[in-house]
Amino acid sequence: MQIKENLKEYDVIIVGSGAGGGMATKILSEAGLSIAIVEAGPYYDPANPDQMTQMKWAYDSPRRGRGTTRPFGDFDQAYGGWDIEGEPYSQVGDTQFRWFRSRMLGGRTNHWGRISLRFGPDDFRKKSIDGLGEDWPITYDDIKPYYDKVDKLIGVFGSKENLPNDPDGFFLPPPKPRLHEMFYIKGARKSNVKVMPSRLSILTKRINNERGVCFYCRQCARSCMAYADFSSESCLIFPAQKSGGQIDMYVNSMVRSVTTNEEGKATGVSYINKDDKKEYKLKGKVVVLAASACSSARILLNSKSKQHPNGLGNSSDIVGKYLHDSTGGGRMAFIPELMDRKIYNEDGVGGMHVYSPWWLDNKKLNFPRGYHIEVWGGMGAPSYGTGFNVNAFNKFFGIPVGGYGDVLRKDMRKYYGSLIGMDGRGESIAMKSNYCEIDPNQVDEYGVPTLRFNYKWTEHEVKQAEHMQNTFEEVIHNMGAIALGNKADKSSNFGLTKPGEIIHEVGTTRMGNDSKTSVVNEFEQLHDVSNVFVVDAGPFVSQADKNPTWTIMALAWRSSDYIIDQFKKQNF
Amino acid sequence: MDRRDSIKSIMLGSIGVGVLFESCVNGVSSEEIKKTISKFQYGRTEKEKAYDKKLFSIQCFSKKEMKTITQLCNLILPPNEFGSITDAEVPELIEFMAKDIPSYETTIKNGLSLLNQFSIKNHSKSFIDCNENQQKEFLDEMAYPDPDLSSSEQKEEVQWFSLIRNLTMTGYYTSKVGIKELGYVGNTPNVWDGVPQDVLDQYGLSYEKEWIDKCVDQSKRNETAVWDDDGNLLT
Repeated sequence: MQIKENLKEYDVIIVGSGAGGGMATKILSEAGLSIAIVEAGPYYDPANPDQMTQMKWAYDSPRRGRGTTRPFGDFDQAYGGWDIEGEPYSQVGDTQFRWFRSRMLGGRTNHWGRISLRFGPDDFRKKSIDGLGEDWPITYDDIKPYYDKVDKLIGVFGSKENLPNDPDGFFLPPPKPRLHEMFYIKGARKSNVKVMPSRLSILTKRINNERGVCFYCRQCARSCMAYADFSSESCLIFPAQKSGGQIDMYVNSMVRSVTTNEEGKATGVSYINKDDKKEYKLKGKVVVLAASACSSARILLNSKSKQHPNGLGNSSDIVGKYLHDSTGGGRMAFIPELMDRKIYNEDGVGGMHVYSPWWLDNKKLNFPRGYHIEVWGGMGAPSYGTGFNVNAFNKFFGIPVGGYGDVLRKDMRKYYGSLIGMDGRGESIAMKSNYCEIDPNQVDEYGVPTLRFNYKWTEHEVKQAEHMQNTFEEVIHNMGAIALGNKADKSSNFGLTKPGEIIHEVGTTRMGNDSKTSVVNEFEQLHDVSNVFVVDAGPFVSQADKNPTWTIMALAWRSSDYIIDQFKKQNF
Repeated sequence: MDRRDSIKSIMLGSIGVGVLFESCVNGVSSEEIKKTISKFQYGRTEKEKAYDKKLFSIQCFSKKEMKTITQLCNLILPPNEFGSITDAEVPELIEFMAKDIPSYETTIKNGLSLLNQFSIKNHSKSFIDCNENQQKEFLDEMAYPDPDLSSSEQKEEVQWFSLIRNLTMTGYYTSKVGIKELGYVGNTPNVWDGVPQDVLDQYGLSYEKEWIDKCVDQSKRNETAVWDDDGNLLT
């Protein structure tokens, strides 16, 4: 097969355009370095009318928004999902890992929940606290200046709360709570669960003249045409291009491997152009992987050579190991007081206006690590599913369920907006035995060997999920609501989600000072190869009970500063 | 979809991936396909466009089946001052969903055929030719699930009617006329400044000063944010 080689040598090749790749693009291009972004999906701009789904109505879709081709619904801005035709993955034994991929410029930052939480000081030293997992090679003080810069550059609303392990930042003011959220506040406080304004990267106030201010449509999952929420392309890549960065974008380009020379140094990447299915090569002085934790591990493991027989950066045999996702659990409830409520526009921002950070002391509990609680509910825009089992709650009042005719209209109106839901998102323990690896028996439609997952939750996560269910039940009772469905019990691991389902997978190229037990150093540089970096969530040593995006970006900025410094010292 | 899922889908839109079922065979003219495509502009990728086009080119139900579906929908939600299931294009949605969710096609067709068998047995004519009172007799048999049983434990005809009712309800309330009737007033640029006072009063609730002091002052939303070194917002 003929491989086409581009003669230009870039300073840096960045693989992937999500949170980590976008941040690296911005910082490195502004330092004057020439950049190639290689993205596996198409070009995407939330302001492009042909791609836009924001402000569409259910009836603009022939299936009224149902998630037939996009798992979170027709209007969700993630091109891809759990299963992508032609790009399979497999499981070891009875593992049920779920791998969500979004193939587009900006990747998963286009549809994410915008929950933007800093890790706290304790989150970097969990082994010192409870003896499990590993400590990070850095502390909160090392990363704090970068969290501050990310806050100011991108914008996040929140409030100063002076909590020891949920550090405050440079916040925009949060929106006022919605009605169902006030019911949650009441119930949570009665249950001694801390509640406070949520922290989301949505602009409730102007931060510059390039980006708009939130106009409260609740549709951040559709990526904002006014760039009033954070997506990697709208907030990092486009501004980097505008300020004159030398950035070439290779889209629909699936990276197969990092290429290396006789000395074992990286020379660039080889990728398959999805349009013509041919293989191409790009040359670069430095390669920055930001393809997502599992995709970057896959690229490293597929980059075998004489110098790197076990895959690139894998002399430790740690690449792919310590894969871990957040725990998840949830419960829904019906608030009888909200029947026949007055209808007004309560769309608000795309997500909750209030949430509960982890509030307990694990020394008094039978499981390690914590979880936070997210809240949803209220009067959402009608979409496919609205009106299903319209009067199922009639059974709570002993009146007939079902029927036909005008009674259904009354029931529709009566129960609209009376639902509330809670979701726990918690920290699991990173285990060496939970990993992704190359499946020796399978390639994708581009001929690239695919991943195989091995993952088992431990008792720690199951006990945490049980605690979530007990908390939800108590809070529901205390807000005067009726819990729906049966309480998840031992037979279902207390409702614990499958690994991968929370889409916070991290840890596959973990950082550390010891090259025998970690893949990258504190600057996300491979121990084995000095000109290859990983700036997605792969380097996370532990996940914390926080969402990973803000930490991905703070670390990517810190590593980019280091790369610039190394260029200045002519080390590449 | 069990009730738990369906309730959640009210909020989130439903979750699930279908595989194209090839048994719907009746063709649709290319003129009609073009018209349908231009009606639905909703930010599709090329792959998604091709999938939709394929579905648009198939007509799943016979004219008589469509007529029966339309009558059932009308009985479930009779027309009123806001509009009708025809205005809401509910029968078209049901036809489309029978292609989008392949298992629906056989289920719906079998149910319609069973309905006609009962109807011919009792009244010697098909369902659509019965008068409204006769039609409602059938509905009375199918429209009331046992609330103590899960949906899969209900009688087959009850499950079938629940499916038709669900599709009718969701079709109507996601249409222009249905949204207007429900009174949903969002999906439009606005400024959220909290729950209206009369609503707070109705529930005996009020915002706490300490909480509300942290929240956005909407009169300053367009002033560029500036902080002091400790992260206190100055603007």
